[in-house]
Amino acid sequence: MSQRVTSVSRVVIRFAGDSGDGMQLVGDRFTAQSTLFGNDVSTFPDFPAEIRAPGGTLPGVSAFQIQFADHSVSTPGDAADVLVAMNPAALRANLGGLPRGADVIVDTDEFTGRNLVKAGYPAGVSPLADGSLAGYRVHAVALTALTVGALRSFDLPRRDAERGRNMFALGLLSWMYHRPTEATVAFLREKFARRPELAAANVAAFTAGWNYGETTESFGGGYRVASAPREPGRYRTITGNRALAYGLIAAADRAGLPLFLGSYPITPASDILHELSRQRHFGVTTFQAEDEIAGIGAALGASFGGSLGVTTTSGPGLALKSETIGLAVSLELPLVIVDVQRGGPSTGLPTKTEQSDLLQALYGRNGESPVPVLAASSPGDCFGAAVEAVRIAVTYRTPVVLLSDGYLANGSEPWRVPEVDELPVIAPAFATGPNAVDADGTPCFQPYLRDPDTLARPWAVPGTPGLEHRVGGLEKADRTGEISYDAANHDHMVRTRRAKVDRIARGLPPLVVDDPGGRAEVLVLGWGSTAGPIAAACTEVRAAGGAVARAHLRHLDPFPADLGELLGRYRRVLVPEMNLGQLAGLLRARYPVDVESLTQVRGMPFKVAELRTAIEKVAADV
Amino acid sequence: MSDTPLLTIAERPASPPSARDFRSDQEVRWCPGCGDYAILAAVQGFLPELGLRRENIVFVSGIGCSSRFPYYLDTYGMHSIHGRAPAIATGLAVSRPDLSVWVVTGDGDALSIGGNHLIHALRRNVNLKILLFNNRIYGLTKGQYSPTSETGKITKSTPEGSLDHPFNPVSLALGAEAGFVARTLDSDRKHLTSVLRAAAAHEGTALVEIYQNCNIFNDGAFERLKAPGTRDEHVLRLEHGAPMRYGPAGVRTVVRDPGGGLRPGAADDAAVVHDAHTSDPVPAFALSRLPEAGGPTPIGVFRSVRRPTYDGAVAEQGRRVRAARGPGSVADLLGGGDTWTVPAPFGSEAR
Ligand code: SF4
Repeated sequence: MSQRVTSVSRVVIRFAGDSGDGMQLVGDRFTAQSTLFGNDVSTFPDFPAEIRAPGGTLPGVSAFQIQFADHSVSTPGDAADVLVAMNPAALRANLGGLPRGADVIVDTDEFTGRNLVKAGYPAGVSPLADGSLAGYRVHAVALTALTVGALRSFDLPRRDAERGRNMFALGLLSWMYHRPTEATVAFLREKFARRPELAAANVAAFTAGWNYGETTESFGGGYRVASAPREPGRYRTITGNRALAYGLIAAADRAGLPLFLGSYPITPASDILHELSRQRHFGVTTFQAEDEIAGIGAALGASFGGSLGVTTTSGPGLALKSETIGLAVSLELPLVIVDVQRGGPSTGLPTKTEQSDLLQALYGRNGESPVPVLAASSPGDCFGAAVEAVRIAVTYRTPVVLLSDGYLANGSEPWRVPEVDELPVIAPAFATGPNAVDADGTPCFQPYLRDPDTLARPWAVPGTPGLEHRVGGLEKADRTGEISYDAANHDHMVRTRRAKVDRIARGLPPLVVDDPGGRAEVLVLGWGSTAGPIAAACTEVRAAGGAVARAHLRHLDPFPADLGELLGRYRRVLVPEMNLGQLAGLLRARYPVDVESLTQVRGMPFKVAELRTAIEKVAADV
Repeated sequence: MSDTPLLTIAERPASPPSARDFRSDQEVRWCPGCGDYAILAAVQGFLPELGLRRENIVFVSGIGCSSRFPYYLDTYGMHSIHGRAPAIATGLAVSRPDLSVWVVTGDGDALSIGGNHLIHALRRNVNLKILLFNNRIYGLTKGQYSPTSETGKITKSTPEGSLDHPFNPVSLALGAEAGFVARTLDSDRKHLTSVLRAAAAHEGTALVEIYQNCNIFNDGAFERLKAPGTRDEHVLRLEHGAPMRYGPAGVRTVVRDPGGGLRPGAADDAAVVHDAHTSDPVPAFALSRLPEAGGPTPIGVFRSVRRPTYDGAVAEQGRRVRAARGPGSVADLLGGGDTWTVPAPFGSEAR
């Protein structure tokens, strides 16, 4: 082949089509191929809440964006370099954010009069013909016809043959970027193992797409994106929800505890339930409850019995679980509550991302009801954050809220597979015998006698002779745990429960500050899934000669012990959040620092360019 | 992860425990004269019969007068939150099939705020024994009508009379696919104990409705069923396999109604024979509606039918998966899927 291959350092592709067109599958496969090739990648599936909105309409468009590069990337990219639009609606829905000069690949067979009208184009107007795509590099490909032609030798109904066009598109893009194909071929054979003729047809469509790229002149010689340097180790691509499920399993294993998940399906958390349901052989029990309340109730019951109780949900479900979380605070039993945040309030934007449950997680209960709160910062970090949540829950005998969000849950990135012995040891240290003596000197068991270091109470599980005791939501007497309405005792217990959560900070490592030059006067402080965009923006600011420091919070309650001191070191502190400034408000209340809040609630991660502009504006003003 | 359960099933006690062994040191705080005292005494008297050690028995309750129950028993116990005891107990029973798990609840706790959890526990058939103390009133909140109060009830929140139609807990439980449903009276210790015995022997969820007198806010609600002068006329004592006769010297009968249900019959009619074990829930349901048809109030076991328990099925499925796939390996799980290795740079130490 004599065509010239162009080298580029990073590419953003957006695959867009109808909900039924299989764009998420195409995106997943392209991601796997890219990571296997050695690029760094970051992905962003962007799909509608409706399972199948009317075909061909704007609300039915489902998209998958991937950035892959020869260097480290931490976001799926602000804007696409290549848009693959499987129908007019996909083109219309995604053209807005597309910079001029981008490649646009369309399936011309779908640009019929009817489909154009469905997508909202005026009758008789086609964007392929009216000049509105001037400035883009349009590749008009008869994807459907080419696919059906390639599958002629298969005895498939026309509809089934047409459905292969997503694999044709994947083949074409795989050729354009010189992606390895073996894993996808193997994947298709396994996916359709029970229907070998469909497996063969999909492989044939994929191969036909590849061959089309090679024989047509339209794409030149394609592009090369070299592999990215990485820490040595074994890697895989992982989504946030899967990493979170794996973290729970690994931590339960480290603790030697059976894992019990009580959960009610809710977007975007359900995949954690699905993943754990597939891992029964790890001693995992999954219980799909009748509602959110029963999900956490059953998990708490299991914790009382000596399991690691876990419940998974999203914002509206967290609201329903509040009362049981309060009971868990009072019972002082380990419990992990995972909230995969989505746009709110109420049902809000079920499939879009937001960070607006922070205050709900911290304060959404009656009474003084402190609960440790953590947040994961990237899809892969969901693993470590889950392990940390379990460590805290078990060590301190407390419910813990772990925050993820829709962007982390479905997004994916390369993840270095940890060795099991790198994970912390988690010791349940069940109570096995008396821990005190009665007034008359007989040994007895006091369920609320605390460990002097952690302030944790003993975990005495049913079946342990001699430790029979009753717990409940009524206030308890210090040490004995008997019902107590005594005023001084209540004051003591309220302060002790708070102090126990504060003790967690003693065991946390110092905050990591990213400030390569060491001369920054502006600190960008983030939490949760803004980590990727913030890191990318800081890199751009520095590349342009600016100085900025960056730190990221995993622990939202308690804050790390050195946070106040860190904030005091900078002249300006900028806190970007996908809410209306929840963390910023907490910091202002707690520390004598005038933090500046940068907020957006558009259901999407921050764009790197926006953050960069905001940081540079603050830096220019120091 | 090891294949063995976390805690081994504790053995039977060497010397049989007595009622005293199940009494906790807590002062009982119900109103003097409350029917709960009699139920507590009956339960404490019955528990030794289970032949289990105290540490293998757990009582879980919700909120309400009856829900203080676990504090007064020297077993493991949890006084939880309003209406949620069946959900909490489900998690405990499923994760710890070696325990004997009991739920104590009331008409407000089980049928109002916790109605959803109750019906789903019954449908799943988790190995739980649910004791529903029905006093047809809210006691702890000081006297509002409950979901089992009769229509027209004058209470603090319904000074003009309540407008709600009540639940019949036995009908509700049968509609929720319950395998074991019984009713008994707080004051009839012998009958109460016999029903507890049958419930304990049942594998799966057992619902026992206990008519309980709240002498403060709804005194005498069940007096008709208790007073020596009226009880024979108003109570039908169910016995599996026995013809359904009641009334002084058993002169009254229960017969089939041509409309499909049951109704009181004449003295010389052939009484219907009670079959608690038939898989068809219709006869038990008809029995639960007998008072509405002008008949007596049945007490005893309405239905006792075995079907697979949820916790048993969960354990069995877990065993099957482990047998097929072997115990899970975390290293294999984490390193599964498509992986690739980035080698250490030439000359450096390999990890
Ligand atoms: S209010 Fe009624 S049910 Fe409650 S303890 Fe008093 S008598 Fe018993």
